This record gives sequence, structure tokens and C-alpha cells, in this order.
Amino acid sequence: MSDVSYRELAVQGLWKNNPGLVQILGMCPMMAISTTVVNSLGLALATILTMVVSNGLASSIRHWVRPEVRLPVFVMVVASVVTVIELLMNAYMNTLYHALGIFLPLIVTNCIVIARVEGFAARNQVIPALYDGLMMGLGFGLVLIVLGAIREVLGFGTLLANAQQLFGPVAAHWTLHILPEQAHFLLAILPPGAFMALAVLIALKQALERRQANRKQVISTEPIGGTAPSFS
Amino acid sequence: MKFGTQSSPLSEGVNSVQRVMLTVWLALVPGTIAATALLGWGVLINVVLAVMTGLAAEAMMLWLRARPVRPAITDGSVVVLAWIFALCLPNLGPWWLPVFGAIFAVIVAKQLYGGLGFNLFNPAMVGYVVLLISFPEPMTRWGPAIDVGGGALNLVQSLAWSFSGALPTGIGYDGLSVATPLDHMREQIMAGAPIHAVTQSVLGGAGLARSWNLWLGAAFLLGGALMLWRGVIRWHIPVAVLAGVAGMSGFLWLIAPATHASPLFHLVSGATIFGAFFVATDPVTASTTQRGRLIFGFGIGVFTVLIRSFGNYPDGVAFAVLLMNLCVPLIDYYTQPRVFGHKTAGKLR
Repeated sequence: MSDVSYRELAVQGLWKNNPGLVQILGMCPMMAISTTVVNSLGLALATILTMVVSNGLASSIRHWVRPEVRLPVFVMVVASVVTVIELLMNAYMNTLYHALGIFLPLIVTNCIVIARVEGFAARNQVIPALYDGLMMGLGFGLVLIVLGAIREVLGFGTLLANAQQLFGPVAAHWTLHILPEQAHFLLAILPPGAFMALAVLIALKQALERRQANRKQVISTEPIGGTAPSFS
Repeated sequence: MKFGTQSSPLSEGVNSVQRVMLTVWLALVPGTIAATALLGWGVLINVVLAVMTGLAAEAMMLWLRARPVRPAITDGSVVVLAWIFALCLPNLGPWWLPVFGAIFAVIVAKQLYGGLGFNLFNPAMVGYVVLLISFPEPMTRWGPAIDVGGGALNLVQSLAWSFSGALPTGIGYDGLSVATPLDHMREQIMAGAPIHAVTQSVLGGAGLARSWNLWLGAAFLLGGALMLWRGVIRWHIPVAVLAGVAGMSGFLWLIAPATHASPLFHLVSGATIFGAFFVATDPVTASTTQRGRLIFGFGIGVFTVLIRSFGNYPDGVAFAVLLMNLCVPLIDYYTQPRVFGHKTAGKLR
């Protein structure tokens, strides 16, 4: 397991095995928080940080943790990391901290965190584990941000509203007004809107992949009929 | 020579989708005429816009799904769907309400589930509820034409209002819009006024000519009778819905007559009659067993009154229908009729 392909890790985290679109993990914060880009960004950053740090910690202590008790130990590690991040956000981004509410501490129970710690970090060296945490976190975060952008534009008609909660007073006028007030589609901000928007994203990903697969098939069947080209 | 047809078994002609939909559409005509006469041209504008958009959306989705377009368009199901949906809309709403709602109803609630016969929820009600939740303000633009008398808009003025929001000089929007009876009831209950006076004015107390909801209800009742006579719907669902409304509102009325409207008020106001005959009887989303239909309809009636009395929205028919649509698989599972020859006890059907 020493020769880990970093390129493969990135492809897995960002696209092929994307936590949001393929594994469908961590749905609860995904649905509840993605009402605006800034909320999504805040939770995405917190999740990425949690995943990188807890992956690194779990990987570095993996030789001393007996397999019988590894899950409780890893959960404790993740919980401590989340607590640190939560306290930091409470201190420096108080309004965002309140906007994220219960979903910040609930990162502990986000399946994708413990899945990567248990599934990858516990069996790999520190550097690949850190990288995997980053890529999986990015994959989750990007879906969260795209979902937040869709819902914010449709529901509030803006983009990057309340950016000062995350980036400080400089960002107070970053808000982009895209739709007029009458055209606000309130359903997008409500929970059903989250499910619908995520469903559309998943469908789009599947359609893209299917189209790619079809193209690949057409190409591979044309020339020499022998072993199919393998990219994995 | 003529033969009587008293004795069973009788064989009947096959009802194709097209024929059923044509009958439903015919049954909608008296209600539509009455609504146009009582509520103004806005009703007809809504219907035309919704039907045209619905047909376009259906054709586009079928083309995208590489399905035959022509049979699905000509069977009339989309026309009936969009028509029923449009009759729920406020008569002074902007043009994009019927357009947006019809697109959502056809694409999301019908085609994404697999088209005619596969949808879990009543598409017309999904379209209506999406609009109600998403655009609360435009969805309150009600105003019976007869209540504003000479101030009512003619066809050209209605079109101008619907498309550009322009009103002829001398007429203000506030002069056109009126609280619907159910809105009025809600306000009165909130204000603690005696419910009796409120419901009296609706039930013909202010002169039969001004009780527009009575006339509208009668027109839809006529359409419902036509559908029953033609055998397009069975009696179970409408009767159960009306029984549910009457039972639940009667129960509340007996407990607290000062704060709850009488069953008669609940039966003739809002979408009760329209919903009982045209919405709840949708053959795709309703229960398919005899006892199941009774449970389904009764549940709609009970939920309607509960949502009207205690919910945040003035009328509850749409929500009640969607809630009971969710229960249909469960109801059908537990009300399967006993197969003939199995088990001795119990009656068939």
C-alpha cells in the first residue's frame, strides 16, 4: 500500500467516488446548510479541515491503536478536532458560527469523516492520508458550495450574501444581485428544494459519465479487437 | 325494436384514456364558465396559459425521453391536468403563475416519475402547492368580479393586468382584490370575532347573488354528476371526501361552536367540492380498492378541515390530497379485496 497514486486519490475524491454525488454521505448537513454560498463555504471549510487533521492524526497513531478499539479511538480523535474547530469559529466567525448552528458540532457524526479515517487513514502513511482527507473534503465541499449557489440564486436571488461573516468587513459589499425580488423561488431554500437540487446534480453527473462511457466504448470497439483499454 | 337493458351482466364499451379525459374535460366546462362569469376573465387566461404551457412541456419531455409524442399529447390528459391546476389559481395573478406551475407539474410531478400512470402525486396539486409555497404573495391575489361590481376588468384589461401589471386608470388593485371567505374566516378567528356572522355572509346571508362560492360549488357539482353518470369516477371518493369534511368540521363545531365554522360552511367554501370530484378522483394517484377509496377520501376530508382550522394556509385541500397520495400504497396494501373462493367469511368487493 506504499505506492499510492496521488492522481488517483484526487480523481476518486473529486469525481469518481465523490462523497456528495456518489457515496451520498453526510446528507444531513448537506441539506440543511446549503441555503447560501457563504454557509456552504463555512461548513465546507470546517469539514475539509476536520478531514485533513483527523486523517493525519489517525494515520500517525495507527500502529498503536489495537483493531478492537480503533473505532472509539478514531471517533474521539475526530470529536476533539471538531471541538477545536468549533471553538475557533465561535471565537473568530461568531455570526457564521450561529448560522451553522448544530451542524458544526455534528461534523463528528458526518459519515464521510469516519469513513475516510477508518477506510483509508488507518491503513496508509501520513502524507497520503492527509492528501486523501483534503481531496475527499474538497469533493464534499465543492458539491456543498455548488448546491448552496444554486439554492441561493433561486431562492434569494443573490450570490455571496453575508460574505462578511466569513471574510471580514471587506466582503460586506460582495453580494451579487442576480434575480429581481419577485422572482424569488422560495421552494429552493426549503428542504424539498435541497433534495431536488441535489437530485439534479446527481443526474447531471450520471449523464456526463454515461456519455463519456459511450464515447469510450465507440472508440475502443473501433480498432484492434483485443483487451479493452484499462485506465484504473 | 328496442331491447331493455335491465338485466346484468352488461358489457360496456371500453373507456380509452382519450374518452375518459374528454368526459372529465366536459365536466369541467360548467365550472369554468361559472368561474369566468363570477371571478372574471383572469380564470380563462389562467386556463389558456396553463394548457398551452403544459402541452409544450409534455411534448418537450417526451421528445427528450425519446418517447412517442403524439399519443400522449392527443389523449387529453395534459389538458385536463393543466385545466384543473389552472382553476386553482387566483384570478388576479400574474401570467407567470400558470406558466411556471404547469411546467413544474408536467415536468417534475408527471414526466420525471415516468409519465401518465406512474406519478405518485397528483401533478395538478404539486404544481399548485409549489406555487403556494414559493410565491405566497402573488398566490393571494383573489377578487371576485361580482364583489367589485362595475370595477371588474374586461378581457383586454385582464390581459394587460396579467401580462404587464397595468391597471386602467381609476381602478386600484386594492379595489379589485378581496379576502376569500376562508381568509376572512381565518382573520375573524384570529381577531376573536363570532364565527357565526362570518359564515352567514358566505352561506347566502348577504343575498344569494353575491354568494359566488355557492354558485361555483353548484357548477362543479353539476360536472361531478356528469362524471358519475358517465362512469368516469365512482361515488366512493367524492362521498368519502365530503363525509370527511362534514364529520371533522361537525366534530369541531360541536366542541366549540363559537370558534369553528359550521360543516355547511366548510362544505361549500374553498375547494371542497372541486377537490372532492375533480382532484381526489384522479385515477392514477388515488387508491384503487373499494374500501381504500373510502379511506383515502375520508382522510382527505379530515385533513382538509384540520389544515383549514389549525394550519398556516387558508385552504387545505391540496395539502390533504398530497398527504393522502403518500398513504395510497399503504392503504392499497391493507385493503386488498378477498379473492373469490378464498376464505369463507366476509363479503366480496
